[in-house]
Amino acid sequence: MTTLPPPAARYSLAADEYLFVEVSEEMTLEAFFRALSITQRLRELALPGLIEICPANASYQVRYDPDRISAQTLIDTLETLDAEVAARQRKTLTTRVVEVPVLYDDPWTRETLMRFRDRHQDPSGTDLDYAAQINGLPDAEAFIAAHSGNPWFVSMVGFVAGLPFMYQMVPRERQLQVPKYLRPRTDTPKQTVGYGGCFSCIYSVRGAGGYQMFGITPMPIYDPSGQQPHIDDSMIFFRPGDIVLHRAIDRATYDRLDAEAKAGRFQPRVASFDFDLDAFSRDPDAVAEQVKEVLHAH
Amino acid sequence: MRIDVIKPGLATSIQDLGRQGYYHLGIPPSGGMDQRSLRAANLLLGNPEGAAVLECALLGPELRFEHACCVAVCGAEMSPKVDARPQPLNTVFEVPAGATLSFDFVRAGARAYLAVAGGFDVPEALGSRSTYALGGLGGLEGRPLQAGDQLTTLTPAAPARVGRALPEPLIPRFAKAYRLRVVPGIYAHRLEAHSQERFYAETWTVASEADRVGYRLKGGSTLSFLEREPPFGAGNDPSNIVDACYPIGSIQVPSGSEPIILHRDAVSGGGYAMIGTVISADMDWVGQIQPHQSVRFEAVDLEQALAARREYQDTLAALRQMP
Repeated sequence: MTTLPPPAARYSLAADEYLFVEVSEEMTLEAFFRALSITQRLRELALPGLIEICPANASYQVRYDPDRISAQTLIDTLETLDAEVAARQRKTLTTRVVEVPVLYDDPWTRETLMRFRDRHQDPSGTDLDYAAQINGLPDAEAFIAAHSGNPWFVSMVGFVAGLPFMYQMVPRERQLQVPKYLRPRTDTPKQTVGYGGCFSCIYSVRGAGGYQMFGITPMPIYDPSGQQPHIDDSMIFFRPGDIVLHRAIDRATYDRLDAEAKAGRFQPRVASFDFDLDAFSRDPDAVAEQVKEVLHAH
Repeated sequence: MRIDVIKPGLATSIQDLGRQGYYHLGIPPSGGMDQRSLRAANLLLGNPEGAAVLECALLGPELRFEHACCVAVCGAEMSPKVDARPQPLNTVFEVPAGATLSFDFVRAGARAYLAVAGGFDVPEALGSRSTYALGGLGGLEGRPLQAGDQLTTLTPAAPARVGRALPEPLIPRFAKAYRLRVVPGIYAHRLEAHSQERFYAETWTVASEADRVGYRLKGGSTLSFLEREPPFGAGNDPSNIVDACYPIGSIQVPSGSEPIILHRDAVSGGGYAMIGTVISADMDWVGQIQPHQSVRFEAVDLEQALAARREYQDTLAALRQMP
């Protein structure tokens, strides 16, 4: 079997300390996987002078000390790593599957979205109603079923501390897509499950935001005070490459899990998983089923 | 050693040199926006140059000192006063026990750095004492100062020398108009050629939204992006990209108007095209620009950025060797 070489990445100097690398202009699982693999290898090399290695959805960024490593040496290294990653026989990633419980259509995001209705495309309904409508789904229930029915890759962590961007693991023709608000809100509840473009996210802190709001999770994902047993010393739960399954929960379950989180006793359901990109490309639904199985067997 | 916050000032926060290694998880470096002035204030006192200080933006705080303490104020020209008596900038002076330290209105620059002998004592978070307010991390309870707060200081390793002053050539002079050097790139190729030229030809004005996250600029022409079929996942506005990382110092132009320069409390990523990055040697100046002052951008290449970086390092070396 012959495969075409992937298009060359685009390297751009961001002044004297940052290198920006665009793997692909459009979002694809392959571009994300390539950026993640290159940055993982770069981290393993532990070259002197590298300060921050930041994978993103279809690009990545490196902060370096130009007094210790030159931009050209860094670019040469990254081109070599890119070729190495492309030449791999098996494109696999050992990662974890995480279940995120979500109270969809909760009272807190509902109150917030009503306050900012003048900034929304469709002031007559809720964000869920709008998302269902523009994705050709009959109602909010159907949208929730689609959102919680397939796994997601954490393709980037950022914007603010610990916020995961998630990319749905389904073929492109089945991707949910929802535009951001017309004008950003000045408020979003903490742990809101949001949506913008082809990405779902979880707001780690209360604050401004432009993504549609669908629900809220009781699961803490950012822990600056160090009280959550499932979050390590980095204070941040998610890592790029994590696989997420959203599980719709009712209000009673939300209240119980929220009480556990407030008492520092919340434990998410997590299982180890070996992801294979080629297997996924051949049969995404089969891989999605495996993800659900490992989680439920756990 | 206890210090009581009587008035917090406009936006006063504990900062040091900042934290590294967490930007890939969305935690920005934070730290003093004008690192050179922060270091200068510490070096005057004989502190470690990265000791925690108070960064005081535009309107300074009012602080009551329980015990006598040596302090130094560098950066913006906001003259300190002890019980209403004026004190020199860029010079070590003593605040007597029970006295109140306050500040005059700012005459030039935007941020003054108040260092105390020993440095401020708050727990380190992810390797730094710097406040990151968006994430509620570091500093004092992860937020700017409030009236009623109590600050404590660490014990100095050696006594400070009252009257020790920055040599004249090492004192920065703040203007009302700034020239910032920028390496064009990242998504600059998505701009129309005339917009690219105009960005560097026009004079911009700093908007009132100018804080530790970023500086918004107004007054220039709206920039046009090239027409294109939106890439999958990018969003429909021509200034949108598939969400990516933002370098500190990068300039984004949402919908083509009002460019934003990200600074040390930056959002770490997002979906707006960046058209260039302010060189590291000029980032301290950005933190000293007041709202309504003017900025022009000058396009430079990597070699020029590295030359400016060496000059900046020479200045830091001179600060470390001052008498």
